[in-house]
Amino acid sequence: MNPIRVIESRTVVLPRENVDTDQIIPARFLKTTSKEGLGRSLFADWRYDSAGTPRPEFVLNQPATQGCQVLVAGDNFGCGSSREHAPWALVDFGIRAVISTSVADIFRNNALKNGLVPVVVDAAAHQKLLSAPGAPVRIDLESRTVTLPDGSRASFPIDGFARYCLMNGVDELGFLLSQGEAIDRFERSR
Amino acid sequence: MAPRTLFEKVWDAHQVQAETADTPAVLYIDLHLVHEVTSPQAFSELRARGLGVRRPERTLATMDHSTPTLPSGADGRWPFADPQAAAQVQRLEQNCADFGVELHPLGSPRQGIVHVMGPELGATQPGMTVVCGDSHTATHGAFGALAFGIGTSEVGHVLASQCLLQRRPRTLAVKVDGTLRGGVTAKDLVLAIIARLGVGGGTGHVLEYLGPAVRALSMEARMTLCNMSIEAGARAGMVAPDDTTFQWLAGRSRVPSGAAWDAAVARWRSLPSDPGARYDREMALDASALEPMITWGTNPGQGIAVTGRVPDPAAEKEAAARASAEAALRYMGLRPGQAIAGQPVQVVFVGSCTNGRIEDLRAAAQVLRGRKVQTRTLVVPGSMAVKKLAEAEGLDRVVREAGAEWREPGCSMCIGMNGDVIAAGQYCVSTSNRNFEGRQGQGGRTLLASPYTAAASAVAGAVADPRPLLEGR
Ligand code: SF4
Repeated sequence: MNPIRVIESRTVVLPRENVDTDQIIPARFLKTTSKEGLGRSLFADWRYDSAGTPRPEFVLNQPATQGCQVLVAGDNFGCGSSREHAPWALVDFGIRAVISTSVADIFRNNALKNGLVPVVVDAAAHQKLLSAPGAPVRIDLESRTVTLPDGSRASFPIDGFARYCLMNGVDELGFLLSQGEAIDRFERSR
Repeated sequence: MAPRTLFEKVWDAHQVQAETADTPAVLYIDLHLVHEVTSPQAFSELRARGLGVRRPERTLATMDHSTPTLPSGADGRWPFADPQAAAQVQRLEQNCADFGVELHPLGSPRQGIVHVMGPELGATQPGMTVVCGDSHTATHGAFGALAFGIGTSEVGHVLASQCLLQRRPRTLAVKVDGTLRGGVTAKDLVLAIIARLGVGGGTGHVLEYLGPAVRALSMEARMTLCNMSIEAGARAGMVAPDDTTFQWLAGRSRVPSGAAWDAAVARWRSLPSDPGARYDREMALDASALEPMITWGTNPGQGIAVTGRVPDPAAEKEAAARASAEAALRYMGLRPGQAIAGQPVQVVFVGSCTNGRIEDLRAAAQVLRGRKVQTRTLVVPGSMAVKKLAEAEGLDRVVREAGAEWREPGCSMCIGMNGDVIAAGQYCVSTSNRNFEGRQGQGGRTLLASPYTAAASAVAGAVADPRPLLEGR
């Protein structure tokens, strides 16, 4: 994984609450055995009509949002299933951070393992972001802050270990495998 | 020692390393369940790194999501929906063979939805840590296990190290007093709990279901209850083990026998929360006040009594909640204030890891016996074992004589990956757990309910209160 310290991008705003994993990537796209190319199916049922034609009114289809790497969404983003295909699809599409007032537990864990930064801000900061689609933001993992459209900064919580892994490109499996002796000892002690 | 909750006891007993400010806990996993959809990329990762499965004997696989629910043909071939589904299932077979993992494949006597199969084998036991690349792993908490869903990267972690890195969640006690009335089930109870908590209300928490109404539930019903904990955002739900649990487990193939069984039961008896144990949050509910529930919207928290009316979004105080209720009603094609009973439906689905166990099929059959369905109705047993038992009881005949379809086990129309889908615009009363947009098929509209309510709605061709149909039965 590449180290991540700062993400600078304009935002794309999807002002819906409880965006669930079935919306992020519908189940019919989960029959793959690889992680590649899932960005095509991101938000498939909102992005395309039943004939597969892009719906011009959907925000990710609008010219102004092309290339935006930061998704601002409503409360409880990523609820539902444990499918890691959801962050895989977002990352493959080019999204590098999701900002909301809360993010579902499993989605957050999955996101962090794929270099997708979950940024949880308070309602006031969220409101500023919602009302300024396309505004440039700067997410700084070092200071755990995000700059808001009005120039102010909001801090966001992130687990220290997860932040360390993101900033240093460390993957958790490597860390777990380094605990081999402790795991051996635990197994012997039961 | 300070009094501890059930959760704390299980957590403490599985810490290889306790968490610190800088690092999460290393948590040991007793049982890892695997299925075809969330595992292929994890096995690929193992291969890429030259790693093996650390504890194959703690790993157990089956196939359920992409599998057909129509029987194999005369040539022994299964009617897969598409080549991709067949390839995914084949990949699991290959991975299990290569890595030495026990697999219960399609057509074998123990195959089934992973959360139905694990308990049936006695693989899920009190006090264990159980994970699976599936959010409804919460089901196994019914046995007093700490059971939660993980993503595919974490599936790889557990395969390789038998451990996970985890921050300790908070606890939320859900205390249910009173007694469920006739025709009101664990499904109605959990829909009522989620309606109260909200779909994000349990985030960061492990729920423990307590109280006399929970004690009175069968194991099947406790599994239904714990199964949907994730729909309130909680990763896990737990019920303390008791005699109901031990009786259900006794004699199953993976539980110990003889003196080892007695020793296990003695250990399990120490698991329930100590008197005076503290929870981070608590909520209380009176089971006696509940009616059969049904959802009207596009998340499982949008539920009402089957005798109720679709709420008016205008009554929502918060703008965001109002917008989400409006969007849900638009998608569902329902009107604020309309009675939900009588809403025409075209499809009924009885099955899934929420309500695909034997008691659920008995409940559906109780309503269907001697009646005819007015909708396309699929009854899908949760596992081969459930199917066999149901057939021995003649439930398949009841289902068929009512004009409903009796299928092979699998996830089926809960997720619609195997070709069992509803059409755009159709209404389906479903005993599954998610009414998300398109969950059962693109453009399909799902109303979640109990097996009683689903069967009654099939008979009526419209959403129906099951209680009148249960009178005298
Ligand atoms: S029955 Fe539905 S919820 Fe349960 S494991 Fe299968 S797809 Fe998931």
